[in-house]
Amino acid sequence: MLREWLVAVVMILGAGFMLIASIGLLRMPDLFLRMSATSKAATLGAGLVMLAAAIYFGDSGITLRVLAIIVFLLLTVPVAAHMIGRAAYFDGVPLWKGTLVDDLRGHYRTSDHQLVRDAETSPDFTIPEGVEGDDFLN
Amino acid sequence: MNIEILYAIALGMISLGLVLAFIRLVRGPSLPDRVVAIDLVVALAIGIIASYAILFDQPVFLDVAIIIALISFLGTIAFAYYIERRV
Repeated sequence: MLREWLVAVVMILGAGFMLIASIGLLRMPDLFLRMSATSKAATLGAGLVMLAAAIYFGDSGITLRVLAIIVFLLLTVPVAAHMIGRAAYFDGVPLWKGTLVDDLRGHYRTSDHQLVRDAETSPDFTIPEGVEGDDFLN
Repeated sequence: MNIEILYAIALGMISLGLVLAFIRLVRGPSLPDRVVAIDLVVALAIGIIASYAILFDQPVFLDVAIIIALISFLGTIAFAYYIERRV
């Protein structure tokens, strides 16, 4: 009885974090803010729901499986988010108009996508400015 | 009160999140936005599978969650390579 209530609480907590991640994906103004909303909250939500499954079944094999999924999510989600953010920056995805600082501007060499220390203002170092809605599906 | 109602409420919350993620997937505006939305859809699918396994007492579904977590990472990395090589 107590274990079922614990399962319900952990599960609804995880579902709430996932719902918050979805609302953040829908409501945030630019891609990088959307990624900051989804990648962390969705990982925590999925981890909590899987933890609820581990508590519910109470079996060592299933607990091991759940731990494997949680560890795998914790390893892969930050790597995937970093790669998507980097690719989107090269693609010229527009930043939010309220953005104050863009530390990367002028530091990426566009010919080979390498980060260099010395900032230069030559056209070799600029990332193309994107326009909102600039996509082949729109 | 039946405890399964709470499990069903959690499943419904994740499903509502899936609808919101699909709205972002359709609206865009750029390709990386859609890739991030697909990433979130996969994470929500993992949550739905776990909730379904609890609600209907079927632990075999958790194997599917492992496979989906593996495949989604590869898909996201492939999309990132494609976006970066495109420019």
